[in-house]
Amino acid sequence: MTDGFRAVRGGVSIRLDRDEAAVLRSMAGLVLELVEPPEDGGDPLEALVGISGTADTPEDPVLARLLPDAYGGDREAAGEFRRYTEGDLRRHKRENAETVISGLAGLGPDGGELVLDTGDAHAWLKALNDVRLALGTRLGVEEDGGETRVRAEGPADRAALNVYEWLGGVQETLVQALMAER
Amino acid sequence: MGTAPAPVELERPEADEDVRPDKPWVTIVWNDPVNLMSYVTYVFQTVFGYSRAKAHKLMMDVHHKGRAVVSTGSREEMERDVSVLHSYGLWATLQHDE
Repeated sequence: MTDGFRAVRGGVSIRLDRDEAAVLRSMAGLVLELVEPPEDGGDPLEALVGISGTADTPEDPVLARLLPDAYGGDREAAGEFRRYTEGDLRRHKRENAETVISGLAGLGPDGGELVLDTGDAHAWLKALNDVRLALGTRLGVEEDGGETRVRAEGPADRAALNVYEWLGGVQETLVQALMAER
Repeated sequence: MGTAPAPVELERPEADEDVRPDKPWVTIVWNDPVNLMSYVTYVFQTVFGYSRAKAHKLMMDVHHKGRAVVSTGSREEMERDVSVLHSYGLWATLQHDE
């Protein structure tokens, strides 16, 4: 079982066993899949200059949480902002998840120690958070007087909840390691 | 689930409100059950260069009051701040200062 991240000179490091690396790899893959732009044949010229075809808030609550509206009570302004920024945000999240996957690829088949420079550590930090946002939204995580409550019913939900809680612990160690570096 | 609800006419602000230079825009971060408290503090330090103490206080405001104004400025500046906060997965919006 990993002890999580610790600060090292110029970055952070973590020791991961094979199963932990596999969980992280599949969770990063989940984010990659989620933020893949929809292939709806939008205007190629607009796509080229970074304007996405859609101005609509995603219907899927998980995607709506990963790509939130920038203007709370103004649908028109939120839509316009989304048209110009959503493509970049999707790309950013994809790159972070890819950084996690390529970092894990450097581990041996039985796991091992991974050293990340500060830039990659930030990509990991954001990607871990995206995974937790996705799982937490899907599980219906709520705060109840400081306690975290979830709607975990079936075995699949309970398995996802275990991953969610484990990732929270790992992310906490990464935040502490990065704060120690500041 | 049935049919979609009928579209609602939203009250829209008067157009001239948007060009008053003396009325700043604000970036608001909303409470969220997933983001770790330490993470939110770290993001405020990293994105805005706030001290640990100021970042911690803002995070506690978000946690206890449900929201906090984290930065103030022009509409363009606040759009940039919201974009950066979204890249960190924080739930942020911008609006005219109330």
